[in-house]
Amino acid sequence: MTQENAFISIRNVNKFFGKFQAINDVSMDIDHGEFFSLLGSSGCGKTTLLRMLAGFESVSSGEIYIDGQPMSGVPPHHRPVNMVFQNYAIFPHLNVRDNIAYGLRRQKLSRAKRREMVDEMLELIKLPEYGDRKATQLSGGQRQRIALARALILKPKVLLLDEPLGALDKQLREQMQLELRALQRTVGITFVFVTHDQEEALTLSDRIAVMSDGRDLQVDTPTRLYESPVNREVASFIGTMNFFDGTVKSVGSDTAVINVDGLGEITAPACTVSLLAGDRINVAIRPEKFLLTDQKPEGVQNCVKGHLDNAAYLGERSHYYVSVEGISQPVAVSAQNQSRAGGTEDRKRPVWLSWDNAAIVVLKDA
Amino acid sequence: MLQKSETLRGYSLLTPTLIIMAIGILVPFGILIAMSFWTQVGFGFDLTPTVANYEMAADRPIYGALIKRSLWMSGMATIATVLLCYPMAYFVAFHVHRNKMMWIVLMTLPFWTSYLLRVFAWKVVLGYDGVINSALLSVGLIDAPLEFLLYSQTAVIITLAHAWAAFAILPMYVSLEKIDRSLLEAATDLGDGPVMRFFRITLPLSLPGVISATLLIFIPTTGDYITPALLGGPDGIMIGNLIQKQFGAVNNWPMGAALAIILMLSIAAIALGFMFSTMFVRRRIT
Repeated sequence: MTQENAFISIRNVNKFFGKFQAINDVSMDIDHGEFFSLLGSSGCGKTTLLRMLAGFESVSSGEIYIDGQPMSGVPPHHRPVNMVFQNYAIFPHLNVRDNIAYGLRRQKLSRAKRREMVDEMLELIKLPEYGDRKATQLSGGQRQRIALARALILKPKVLLLDEPLGALDKQLREQMQLELRALQRTVGITFVFVTHDQEEALTLSDRIAVMSDGRDLQVDTPTRLYESPVNREVASFIGTMNFFDGTVKSVGSDTAVINVDGLGEITAPACTVSLLAGDRINVAIRPEKFLLTDQKPEGVQNCVKGHLDNAAYLGERSHYYVSVEGISQPVAVSAQNQSRAGGTEDRKRPVWLSWDNAAIVVLKDA
Repeated sequence: MLQKSETLRGYSLLTPTLIIMAIGILVPFGILIAMSFWTQVGFGFDLTPTVANYEMAADRPIYGALIKRSLWMSGMATIATVLLCYPMAYFVAFHVHRNKMMWIVLMTLPFWTSYLLRVFAWKVVLGYDGVINSALLSVGLIDAPLEFLLYSQTAVIITLAHAWAAFAILPMYVSLEKIDRSLLEAATDLGDGPVMRFFRITLPLSLPGVISATLLIFIPTTGDYITPALLGGPDGIMIGNLIQKQFGAVNNWPMGAALAIILMLSIAAIALGFMFSTMFVRRRIT
């Protein structure tokens, strides 16, 4: 995980508010030009970490480096970062143009140059006609863009975004996600993005840090977070996951044979965790990795019989809950409705579940 | 239909207030205006309309001088109060996190005693043998009591500033308290140090509170007559004292009414001018 010369380097950072520990020994590196997300439920410390990058919170111990410079003792107004606030913090007494130009005052530019830069920004955020509007006459999406422009015009080394899309409705949010991603590619600035919305994080990010209780659980690409979560917490936080208990029977060079309660003996692919025969472990399989059939499938690596417990038709796909003997929780299965309506109406019928060995994720913690 | 009944209901809710306002403000005001065009004859009035009172007010320099002095003194008192109270309001709004209400109550504490008592208290503090003079004498900083402290404009300004402090603190506190803290963080984030941030964000956004505090103090203090009567001495007499005398010892009610109207118009003119200029300044400083 540690890289030499990372653009942002967070080293063993702790943060205490009184006796409460908000950040617990967090270390991570963020590359130049990366779209990096801090993902976690509320109270996990992601916003605190972002505010520490901005300089609004001090570091109790540890150090944050931005572009090689240690940030301890550097006040927010001297840091090479700018922030987009959760509520956008648009100055209500200024018009759009003055809001965007706010930070340029220190740069001692000519009036014409400043105007030109603001016009450029208005163009970039696709609000060229809005310069003279009052800040109070803007919609949520427009305020968000202005907050972005106000920060980007200063060409910061890092742009910090604190749940900037949280206040927008679903449709606008999806549109802004695409625009944000495109904007980040255009300007090439490192983005650090805080969100509690896993889908948003997966859509936008180059890499994501999943946080919980002030710790970073896993820092990885969206694909790897989804396909190979390192522990149960990450696995259950991102998407839906079926968990099964099992015992390691034997360990080979790149596979392990595991006796899973209810599913029988399965051969799992080589995994990141080291296993010993006899270990009690967790096996996880995503709902969409199961294939649900009415007849016993032929020529598959693994299959098990169960009863359809419950089903929900969601249009493009259906969710099924299948009870399997020996497993307390019904197994969640998700299937695309490619040719038929999924057969959700016929409950309590016997079904077969099959899956590939490659779909199996082995988690050490039981 | 519904809207009409809503309006109707609104008015009916307002009715008691409207009646009280009509009886308590508009009627006396109408009488005052009418009276200012009358003439005092012994203990009665000559009701023939005349502008003689206004002409006299314009001709005799004493009236103009007193109005000017009153506006000057209450202006000074207003500036002093706002300048002294803004930091207090700022402190409570930004740096007190627990028991804010207690701080506010403590700041309004002087208001728990009567106005007259507060004025007398200042008499004790500022007097010839008062607290300040005896303290300075006993320390040896002065040889003789400072005479300018009592019975002077300074005494009136000090007392007015203290007496009206709560009226300045409360509106300014409210407008400071209302400022979204993330706006201040945003300003810092965009490169402003504390001083720049104060002048570019905090002050413009708290300006409504400053304006209402200014008007709340300036308007009533200009016509005040208790404080100048008790602490002003010959130099500290204000127009309020003269108006009061017209209705009392001098027994020229129409003249008093005319002076009251002139005073009111000058205050209104100044207040309007002040409001327009702050609006202009507000547009400029940002």
